[in-house]
Amino acid sequence: MITLILRDLRIAVRAGGGFGLSLAFFFIIVIFFPFSIGPNLDLLSKVAPGTLWMGALLACLLSLERIFALDFEDGTLDLLATSPIPLEGVVIAKAFVHWLTTGLPLILLTPFLGVLLGLQTSGIIFLITSLIFGTPALSIIGTFGAALTVGIKRGGLLLSILVLPLYIPTLIFGAEAARRGSEGFEMQTSILLLLGVTLLSWAILPFAAASVLRINLR
Amino acid sequence: MSFWEYANPVKFLKLSGNLLPYCSTLAAIMILTGLGWGFFFTPDDYKQGATVKILYVHVPSAFVAINAWFMMLIASIVWLVRRHHVSALAAKAAAPIGIAMTVVGLVTGALWGQPMWGTWWEWDPKLTSFLILFLFYLGYIALWAAVEDPDTAADLTSVLCIVGSVFAALSRYATVFWNQGLHQDASLSIDKEEHVADVFYYPLIVVMAGFVLLFITLVLLNTRSEIMMRRASAIMARGKI
Repeated sequence: MITLILRDLRIAVRAGGGFGLSLAFFFIIVIFFPFSIGPNLDLLSKVAPGTLWMGALLACLLSLERIFALDFEDGTLDLLATSPIPLEGVVIAKAFVHWLTTGLPLILLTPFLGVLLGLQTSGIIFLITSLIFGTPALSIIGTFGAALTVGIKRGGLLLSILVLPLYIPTLIFGAEAARRGSEGFEMQTSILLLLGVTLLSWAILPFAAASVLRINLR
Repeated sequence: MSFWEYANPVKFLKLSGNLLPYCSTLAAIMILTGLGWGFFFTPDDYKQGATVKILYVHVPSAFVAINAWFMMLIASIVWLVRRHHVSALAAKAAAPIGIAMTVVGLVTGALWGQPMWGTWWEWDPKLTSFLILFLFYLGYIALWAAVEDPDTAADLTSVLCIVGSVFAALSRYATVFWNQGLHQDASLSIDKEEHVADVFYYPLIVVMAGFVLLFITLVLLNTRSEIMMRRASAIMARGKI
């Protein structure tokens, strides 16, 4: 499984792996919000947690299709399915790599974007906390969606329609925690609920994703 | 004589063919009676006036919209466990009806909300979760439409329905939490069942039963046509070879 993680990491970082793309996308989306809302920093700092969450979600969505598509096309996925690692393990490895290449860089970029949107230091810390707890859920849910649509040609748009509704609890709790944090309210409840959603997703979705992969590889 | 016998498409077609006339007639009678009773023979509400009568369409459609999803969930599990084709097709058949009922519920709700709450739309937990339900229906139907092989489509949509149910339930609670986070009091959600007086309650029950029968009728009809489509495509495939 570690071999698989390292292999996927190498492929993602290599040229054409699309490693920087979702990061650049996140950057651009967040920068475009002031263009659409106006340069009023008061207003911007109010919508900043939601904006950054929305940007993270969209950037995550953009890179989902790549999780299984290439491996499915060149037959690697069939080999993985017949290999000694259970398919659930493969799913977990893929989701983990997706988080390492998308979620983690997004979190690292967040402080700079937070400053651009006029967030206070405390607000940025709360935002990062919520992202750390929430983005793993985005990755595993997205991996399930990618597994669901792997056999479908041009499934990108369908993928977003399927995955976005599943993102609702994560988005609500995550953005709520970040907003409460930046406005100085207690945020423990929403953080705990967010963590609950994340853990639940990681507990059940590998099985669901593996089962739909088996169906698609049939 | 077991219930599972009707998993056989031939038997299902026979039974549903026999049931359909009764179901549809009864549904028509109950809806017409209930609506007629509700619209013309109940008093106007002292506060809401005649708009209270939207209740007779709003509540039953919302009721069916939610329960259609539960029916799809059960049918999906039955398909995954026992591999009865009729079950998968029934789940597929229920989805368009469910989404239509969701839209009816949302639209009548907006029409009712405008004069009563002074707004077409409010991000109230109940409204929000209905909108989310609509999105889940949308994804489910889109996945059915996108996959070509019928058995694969049935498998994938069944798994999606099960996972979707978990996340839909989570979203339901998330919206309650989220809204309380915004305004402390849930000022707009009125608990309908408890506050309705008997005058309004009895016609409502009749219409609700009528809507449920309507749902059953439509699901049977849709499932029958799905089975026949499946047969027709099988015959066509044979003809080509």
